[in-house]
Amino acid sequence: MTAIEDVFRSEWGRLLAALIHLLGDFDVAEEALQEAFAAAVTEWAGEVPRNPRAWLYGTARHKAIDRLRRRARFAEKQAEIAYLAPSMTSDNMEDADESGVPDERLRLIFTCCHPSLAEDAQVALTLRTLCGLSTEEIARAFLVPTATMAQRLVRAKAKIRGAGIPYRVPPASELPERLSVVMAVIYLVFNEGYAAASGAALVRHDLCAEAIRLARVLRALMPLAQLNAQLDALLALMLLHDARRLTRVDDNGEMVLLADQQRSRWDRAEIDEGRKLLHGSLRRSRPGTYALEAAIAAVHADALIAADTDWKQIAAIYERLYALHPTPIVALNHAVAVSMSDGPGAALPLVDALSDSLADYHLWHATRADVLRRLGRVEEAADSYRHAYELSGNEAERRFLMRRVRELARGT
Amino acid sequence: MQYLLLIYDDEKRWANMTEGDMQKGMEAYNAFGEEFAGKIKTGDALQPTHTATTVRMREGKRLTTDGPYAETKEALGGYYLIDANDLDEAIAIAGKIPGALTGAIEVRPIMTFE
Repeated sequence: MTAIEDVFRSEWGRLLAALIHLLGDFDVAEEALQEAFAAAVTEWAGEVPRNPRAWLYGTARHKAIDRLRRRARFAEKQAEIAYLAPSMTSDNMEDADESGVPDERLRLIFTCCHPSLAEDAQVALTLRTLCGLSTEEIARAFLVPTATMAQRLVRAKAKIRGAGIPYRVPPASELPERLSVVMAVIYLVFNEGYAAASGAALVRHDLCAEAIRLARVLRALMPLAQLNAQLDALLALMLLHDARRLTRVDDNGEMVLLADQQRSRWDRAEIDEGRKLLHGSLRRSRPGTYALEAAIAAVHADALIAADTDWKQIAAIYERLYALHPTPIVALNHAVAVSMSDGPGAALPLVDALSDSLADYHLWHATRADVLRRLGRVEEAADSYRHAYELSGNEAERRFLMRRVRELARGT
Repeated sequence: MQYLLLIYDDEKRWANMTEGDMQKGMEAYNAFGEEFAGKIKTGDALQPTHTATTVRMREGKRLTTDGPYAETKEALGGYYLIDANDLDEAIAIAGKIPGALTGAIEVRPIMTFE
């Protein structure tokens, strides 16, 4: 990565957030910041100035003033300049650090994740503005044509402007509800990267890294302790899962099951950090869904070999999770844990009870196949693996399922 | 900014109300109107959808049909036009309309032409 790319990655969101606040317009701010980075490529000549953030902010500000002046002259709207000029020259900016650039990323994230925007628009806007991903990158990550993603972003920005969505951190009374939307967006970004339904692996892992980075930014900027407990749990959950990323696919691109992963290659630093965050969160408040999911990941991380996994505890946590979040997927995961702690015979009725709600879900068929295989019901198992194969959209997963069918046929 | 708050509710609810409940319902709307008097530009209740007529002009000919534009369980029954600083304030006011408790309020920003 070049020095400028480095600066782009670390500074884009913060600079854009400040510029939107200053200019009151997403598009003007974005264009000005893009022009500033283009100028940096030629003017820095490979050597990053001592305070790149201040350089870029100052340059973008000037670009924006020029643009607005041209526009104002064109439309004879001098009032716009008169309105902007004082704030641009004043030095009394709040929250500004030595770079002179106030950190307005909280405003930006709450605006992008406003509940009046559709969820896919919230996600796209967050990745574009805070993470600086290009429209093409976001489109590729979510498997939609670039034109579709571009339109989604244009519409979202038009709604912010047209409907009057404010650029601000919500008042305390609304914060819990609004923060849960923001966390849902972050977790969605992470899961899109983690589940990798299909698509280029590299882009995918970027999404996990961006989600973790967003959670860190949010955590650093959010004031309320009670809310941070949930946020800590979310960050813990993502770190504990991300720690396994190198071992989830082998050198040939084949999916590796949790039981077969090379645990010595799990990222210990991420696990330690995740565990610490989770413990802190559990001390401060009753566990929510993020904390319980993180706790399950932590139990897995505790087992240095798969056989040592405390499945009884995992089954118990899934039961608590189901009480908070009664979905068939949670019930299915509970059944998997029961199959490990009490055996496949105990799990089969739990799996079969979900046949109506999960008939189209490939992992339901894969789970049922696995339970039947362990019960020695080979033909039924093979059938279920085939159903799972037909429903799965992930190439690595499909190869794995086909391998299972062949192993059953050979009697291994 | 100005927003139109459209109140959608089950008409049968009002139609089947006892006198006393009707009174309470009106009082709730009056209280809302007083609380946000400074924000409300105008507002009205509409007569039920069975009084509606829908008009279309097609190839120079006027077509009128009996009833509302769309037959739905929850029908447009009233509106407020309000002044609000931003969407969040409009949403907060919409949430205070008594109809929000049983039906739904659609918040629509008013278009401005420069």
